[in-house]
Amino acid sequence: MPILQIRQAIRDAMKEEMERDERVFLMGEEVGYYNGAYKCSEGLLDHFGPKRVIDTPITETGFAGIGIGAAMCGLRPIVEFMTFNFSAVAFDQILNNAAKLRHMTHGQFGVPMVFRGPNAAAHMLGSTHSQAFEHFYAHIPGLKVIAIATPYDAKGLLKTAIRDENPVLFLESELMYSVKGEVPEEEYLIPFGQADIKRPGDAVTVITWGQGVPVALKAAELAAAEDLSCEVIDLRSIRPMDEAAIIASVKKTNRAVVVYHGWPQGGVGCDIVARIQELAFDDLDAPVLRVCYEDLPMPYAENLENLILPSPERALAAIRRVAYKR
Amino acid sequence: MTQSEAAPDAASDSTVDAAYEAKLRADYDGQSREDVLRDYREMLRIRRFEEAAARAYTRGKISGFLHLYIGQEAIAIATQQAMEPGDRVVSTYRTHGFAIALGSDPKACAAELFGKAAGLVGGVGGSMHFFDKERGLWGGYAIVGNHIPVAAGHAFASQYTGDGRVTLCFMGDGAVGIGPVHEGMTMAGIMKLPIVFVVENNQYSMGTPLKRTLPVEDITARAAGYGFASDRFHVTSVQETRRRLGEAVERARKEGRPTLLELITYRFRGHSMSDPAKYRQKEEVERWRLNDPLERTLMALKTIYQVPEQELDAIDETIVAEMDAAYDFADKAPAPAPEARFENVMAEGPYYGDSATTRPAGVE
Ligand SMILES: Cc1ncc(C[n+]2csc(CCOP(=O)(O)OP(=O)(O)O)c2C)c(N)n1
Ligand SMILES: [Mg+2]
Repeated sequence: MPILQIRQAIRDAMKEEMERDERVFLMGEEVGYYNGAYKCSEGLLDHFGPKRVIDTPITETGFAGIGIGAAMCGLRPIVEFMTFNFSAVAFDQILNNAAKLRHMTHGQFGVPMVFRGPNAAAHMLGSTHSQAFEHFYAHIPGLKVIAIATPYDAKGLLKTAIRDENPVLFLESELMYSVKGEVPEEEYLIPFGQADIKRPGDAVTVITWGQGVPVALKAAELAAAEDLSCEVIDLRSIRPMDEAAIIASVKKTNRAVVVYHGWPQGGVGCDIVARIQELAFDDLDAPVLRVCYEDLPMPYAENLENLILPSPERALAAIRRVAYKR
Repeated sequence: MTQSEAAPDAASDSTVDAAYEAKLRADYDGQSREDVLRDYREMLRIRRFEEAAARAYTRGKISGFLHLYIGQEAIAIATQQAMEPGDRVVSTYRTHGFAIALGSDPKACAAELFGKAAGLVGGVGGSMHFFDKERGLWGGYAIVGNHIPVAAGHAFASQYTGDGRVTLCFMGDGAVGIGPVHEGMTMAGIMKLPIVFVVENNQYSMGTPLKRTLPVEDITARAAGYGFASDRFHVTSVQETRRRLGEAVERARKEGRPTLLELITYRFRGHSMSDPAKYRQKEEVERWRLNDPLERTLMALKTIYQVPEQELDAIDETIVAEMDAAYDFADKAPAPAPEARFENVMAEGPYYGDSATTRPAGVE
């Protein structure tokens, strides 16, 4: 099987879908001539031309809105945010137009489109450029939210996202674009709402997604060295969420830790904990813990950033705690 | 003609031909040797600071995004000269030049780039987030365009309190399309705020040349819609820039009338250190280099003022030593203490989180 980087898997997904359906186009800053700020659209301008690979000025509200308007007319836009931090500028378009137009128009319109780009902290970019946006978007009915951590998942889920009839927020990671993995040559789609067990285990359930996945896997490896077997569940799809997979695992392990990028108050981590206590209360042997950012803005200084980020060591400490092994 | 080709009156090669020298003489007419030497020194300080930053980045001492001001130094120096104490500069992530020009300590600037406690903002901001309120540097904003309404807010406060201050708000050519620019300018126009908006048009927004981001090439064409005065010119010398910037500053201070200035300039490096700038030709860069204000000043000093080579070398050596010392200081300076991350989150004092469930380990 070919080995691809995540960025190549994303490019291939877009390329195949653009070849399959000429309503699909890509729009965003530096996506064309520059081949993408993180090279996720390498070669696409050459292949499809400027009608379908469209460089925009720095106008997040503008091109998010143009995507929405075009989707209402039946096109299938892929809008790239250079990073999701800049999607904050377009938040009103996503919150009040993309998410609501189907409802507001009593079903006269849909907004089948994808907003994609890197999400969460990278390395030493400071407070305005280090934020995790799934926590904002997963709050909103009318949207779907996906976060990927492998080339295989990236390709299969992005193709599904492009074909979905709803607006999909597709979250990638600047730090993980070069991560390599097998990607089948033949076409495949990964349905939304299905978690993937990235490492089976029976002592502690570790729930994660996106940039949290390598942290959780590393922690599971450290835990294994202490005879603690972790089951690492990569949600992949945050909204809709594979509740059944989480609960099945918790019923087996009776313990859970959630590892993710983002602040602790509100957000997806809290949501997962709420579901577990509601659906598997009697199965729990320990409180469910979260390992995420400290409740602080992200500083530039490397030593401070490292303290705030979720680390394998902090995840391991939480795993030990829920297993009552200190 | 596209603007990226519009390097003004470029001489055909780097030797001084007659036309080039005539223009040079006209530009420096009436300026004293001391003043020109001062402008040269000040610009060179920024350039040497930036070159040292690039080297430190290459050695892995600086991380994150690093946007250099090389080529645009004259603007910061002219701004400093056109301002009065208490006036405010609000700018972008490409701010090192303003900090140096306004008198921030290069040691503190370099320490910020290194993420050290002695940095301008304690190492929490890095290259993109310079603030030095004391010296009139009010940011340091890295979300494109989001400082324009904020700068208008500073000007509003000046109008409200009658403090007589002027706010100078800088942005890139790539910023003018984004919503907050329009909103901030609309407010400034309606309220007649004491503000000067300056677009530093360096020909590119990341890898995108102007012609693909601007529906109308002349950015100052927008001024009419806001009721602003406007001005637009190539930045080739500090004093010409200071004079025209100064007119706008006075208009803001005396008449409360905003101005939109478009300063045509060039950045000689990539957008940031991770950009190899493959999207432009070497010839284009060379053409602009002939009109690099720093190079032109050096040329003027040599040809018009007959400043001896040794004197110029000595100036350079002094500045290089100053910047080397700054980066050496930054390298040796301590990182912020771990507890520093709890500071300045909330007004009340150190913040450790609102909940027992989220309190960092080791904090009671
Ligand atoms: C809202 C937003 N979108 C995108 C970016 C990423 N970005 C940072 S600088 C930049 C280009 C800006 O170009 P310009 O305004 O011309 O300023 P210059 O860098 O040339 O000084 C881009 C796209 C950002 N910081 N903020
Ligand atoms: Mg620019």
